[in-house]
Amino acid sequence: MPRYFTEEHEWIDVDGDVATVGITDFAQNQLGDIVFVEVPGTGSVVAKGGDAAVVESVKAASDVYAPVDGTVTEGNAALADDPSLVNNDPEGEGWFFRMTLSNTGQLDGLMDAAAYKAFVTEL
Amino acid sequence: MSGLNPTGWRPEMAANDGSTPPMTSTGNRALMLEEALIFEIGTAETCGVDIAPAPTINSRLANLERRTAIGLPGLSEPETVRHYTRLSRQNYAIDLGLFPLGSCTMKHNPRLNEKVARMAGFADVHPLSPQETVQGALAVIDQLAHWLVTLTGMHSVAMSPKAGAHGELCGVLCIKAALEARGEDRRVMLVPESAHGTNPATAAFAGFSVEDIPATPAGRVDVAALKARLGPDVAGVMITNPNTCGLFEPDLREISDAVHAAGGYVYCDGANFNAIVGRVRPGDLGVDAMHINLHKTFSTPHGGGGPGSGPVVLSAALAPFAPLPFVTRTDIGGFKLVEEENVGDEHPSSFGRMTAFHGQMGMFTRALSYIMSHGADGLRQVAEDAVLNANYVLRSLTGVLDAPFAASGPCMHEALFSDDGFPDGFSTLDVAKGLIDEGFHPMTVYFPLVVHGAMLVEPTETESKAALDQFIAALASVARRAKRGDPALKTAPHFAPRARLDETLAARKPVLTWKEAPLPQAAE
Amino acid sequence: MRYLPLTPSDRQAMLATIGAGSIDDLFVDVPAVAHLDGPIAGLPMHASEMAVERHFSALARQNMAASHHPFFLGAGAYKHHVPASVDHLIQRGEFLTAYTPYQPEIAQGTLQMLFEFQTQVARLFGCDVANASMYDGSTACWEAISMAGRVTKRSRAVLSSGLHPHYVSVAISMARFTGDVLDTAVPVLDADMGLDALVAQIDDTVSCVVVQYPDILGRIGDLSALAQAAHAKGALLIAVVTEPVALGAIRSPGEMGADIVVGEGQAIGVGLQFGGPYVGLFATKEKYVRQMPGRLCGQTVDADGKRGFVLTLSTREQHIRREKATSNICTNSGLCALAFSIHMTLLGERGLRDLAALNHARAVELAERLSAIPGIRLVNDSFFNEFTLELPIATRDVVHRLAAKGVLGGVSLGRLYADQPQLANALLVAVTEVVSDDDMTALVTALTEILGAGGAA
Repeated sequence: MPRYFTEEHEWIDVDGDVATVGITDFAQNQLGDIVFVEVPGTGSVVAKGGDAAVVESVKAASDVYAPVDGTVTEGNAALADDPSLVNNDPEGEGWFFRMTLSNTGQLDGLMDAAAYKAFVTEL
Repeated sequence: MSGLNPTGWRPEMAANDGSTPPMTSTGNRALMLEEALIFEIGTAETCGVDIAPAPTINSRLANLERRTAIGLPGLSEPETVRHYTRLSRQNYAIDLGLFPLGSCTMKHNPRLNEKVARMAGFADVHPLSPQETVQGALAVIDQLAHWLVTLTGMHSVAMSPKAGAHGELCGVLCIKAALEARGEDRRVMLVPESAHGTNPATAAFAGFSVEDIPATPAGRVDVAALKARLGPDVAGVMITNPNTCGLFEPDLREISDAVHAAGGYVYCDGANFNAIVGRVRPGDLGVDAMHINLHKTFSTPHGGGGPGSGPVVLSAALAPFAPLPFVTRTDIGGFKLVEEENVGDEHPSSFGRMTAFHGQMGMFTRALSYIMSHGADGLRQVAEDAVLNANYVLRSLTGVLDAPFAASGPCMHEALFSDDGFPDGFSTLDVAKGLIDEGFHPMTVYFPLVVHGAMLVEPTETESKAALDQFIAALASVARRAKRGDPALKTAPHFAPRARLDETLAARKPVLTWKEAPLPQAAE
Repeated sequence: MRYLPLTPSDRQAMLATIGAGSIDDLFVDVPAVAHLDGPIAGLPMHASEMAVERHFSALARQNMAASHHPFFLGAGAYKHHVPASVDHLIQRGEFLTAYTPYQPEIAQGTLQMLFEFQTQVARLFGCDVANASMYDGSTACWEAISMAGRVTKRSRAVLSSGLHPHYVSVAISMARFTGDVLDTAVPVLDADMGLDALVAQIDDTVSCVVVQYPDILGRIGDLSALAQAAHAKGALLIAVVTEPVALGAIRSPGEMGADIVVGEGQAIGVGLQFGGPYVGLFATKEKYVRQMPGRLCGQTVDADGKRGFVLTLSTREQHIRREKATSNICTNSGLCALAFSIHMTLLGERGLRDLAALNHARAVELAERLSAIPGIRLVNDSFFNEFTLELPIATRDVVHRLAAKGVLGGVSLGRLYADQPQLANALLVAVTEVVSDDDMTALVTALTEILGAGGAA
């Protein structure tokens, strides 16, 4: 399953026209302890670069953007009880939401793992 | 994602190295006394007030008597006095020592203010008393209003806002009302990146979209960028002067002229008025509205977080829209309130009412007492000594802490430092916690956002040179420890009533009221 | 000058350290157009304590203080006896001159007090959680309406006719800018609060119904049916309590199903103060906690494992969320919250119930005496410590004539609703434990004289 990255530190795992979205290890490390995550509701329509979720640490709140256009099929309910999943396993169990893609062509503009790693090094 | 942790603050709960002295049986350490919650020591039956028995009557409570237990503990008077006295001793306060919080103006709270505010003719008067029975109270409001308008060189003042942020809202709503009266729908408010969080929050509440104005390397508003952005969609700009980096905005008059020419208004956040009171009038700089924090510049007590008071001085352009109620003079030399019933005659463009009753009368008496005590000459001296003290702190720490704007000239009433030069793993947070052990409340940290690891120090004018010297020595000591990577700083404070507290746990598993169940375990 | 410690030689030494020749060098960034050469003309110079005190004493003497006269004013601000220790404790410098507890290790006094306060308010109101106070009841009421809009994603609020007219006025002023639609109404001088009629106004465009308890005329009603009706349509019930002592006698709005309960805490610990500072109370259900405005204090542990308290859930607030905050509020009413909490601790549950019982009983006694005066009609069937009388003449004039006789006899609805002539003959009378038998007789006598003298409107 290919994984893509945005410059806004979101990752997206794609399987045909369904995908899982989360934030990267770099991002969770910058944020510090995550205390709360607001995931989008099932059925929400999201746009590439538009607000999809909110992640809160003790003294900061960050918007998480949708990497591509689509519709949310599921928010990660586990994060309500245990937001630390985002710190401990950001690229696995700490996923934020699943979605269907309405425009798979948008994936072409995203980075692969090597490109994202290089991008982060430049920051 | 947006703004990944703009301040860089991280919770740090390094495990204690176990070198604390042995505990006593009580957990007390001489005069440092632990105190339980009232729910743990009080009972539902204990009462510290003697109340006469109620006469027997036929109840008129519509069969809605409260029959279930409420859960409110009571204590006798001796237990109550002891409980709150013990709690008070766990607080730092201005009365104890220098309180260097930038933009908070933690100056001495004169006790004359407290005496005056408690006179029965002010403290024990109902706001809806017939107005002929409260002429002295109305006179106080009128006199304070006169001082505020004269000190700022503005046209009039709205006295009712209950705090600074409430005053910001008042000013922004006056702007919005003025635009509506002109038939214009301007949606954008320009706010510097360095602004206090209440500025964009207030603008957003009033329905504006907020756009950032960048700062120049010298720490001022980028005037060229601001002018380039002006247009028919810009309602105005929210400026702080002096700004949150402690610097005077020398181009404010030019900015105001440009904003006015483009049809907008200038809101000035007056939190830093202490730097210029009696020496500069915001009205001379083209400001249309400015809130004044009576609990900052004018010494009303902070009280552990409030109450505040935020009257808003207004230009002639915005004055017609000021909210109710306010005090005016009657034909026969008395005072009256303009409320809903006479607004149609007196003040038809008022945008409405911001609070029940008239405003923070208890703060008006205190502030007027302070103002009269200082007078025009004393207030000018306040600004001068405040600026002198801040510059003394700034220059005394040359070479000890990085001050990003120190090379470009003097600061105003507050000095800004950064964490530049700190080794990896050491942060502004560690300096703050180390300062606690030295016997000082930390300065403002991680604000403004435009400087990394910001430390903003505002000593105020009520600090003696000896107090400043002691503070400077303490801050220098802690800063040096941070720069050489002293590991003991990571677990500071060591001597405070509490060590670093787990804010992550508090946010992940909020416990906001007392429950009898045991506390959830900390993460990990 | 007594508040300025620097001496001339201090200033000289400090200027030398800074490397400036004079204080004017430090104001070099001030442009000439704004530079003032000397103290502002037309304002007096500094004054001694004695002179300032004398000035204020003279002004204070011009005001009729409540404790010096028979006193019956209410309408959202109540005079209760505040025990002497309350004012002493809040004047301890560590409370009075402390700041917002952002550095919790050296602010456990304020933080523990706020935690106790939050718990007291939540329990008094019958709710799960309460915040660390707001400016006052009227702004808390607006914040609740705003919150209901966020929770339900609707923008129409129904305000009952019994809501304090100043609270209504504040909501109207704010809604004008937010675009919220408010359904408002003026009270009718009837024993019926109109709760049933209110139910009919709720549909699925409504975010909340706002009802005051006891209401502006002093009436009390069961809110349970209204709560159910609101919930059935996906709306919230907001209850507003302007006299919290009432909750020592009557059921809490929370237990009757209110989703948000707000109020004015002034009656407990704070005193009349000509309208401020007061203390706004705000409580709600656990599930809405992240939508709540204002500061919140939470329990935690420190690095040594000791229980402690911190401000928490800060990401709702302006200093973090900036334009996306739940409110722009920064300051709370900390010292007034402390006064409220100390007074509540001195009372305890037993004391609050006894105080409430005494208030109600005394109000019933006076209501019976007043309604026996020819021409006076008691509007209420139910009330706690405040009721409405209808007189044969306009009551604004009656209030002035009572004052001339040295009696502060109540609040005229003609002042609160100046554009509603049908309310001009109504008078709100509040009776608390501070009212003596002599006070009651003074009011009865004075009113009898005024009405008997045939005071035509």
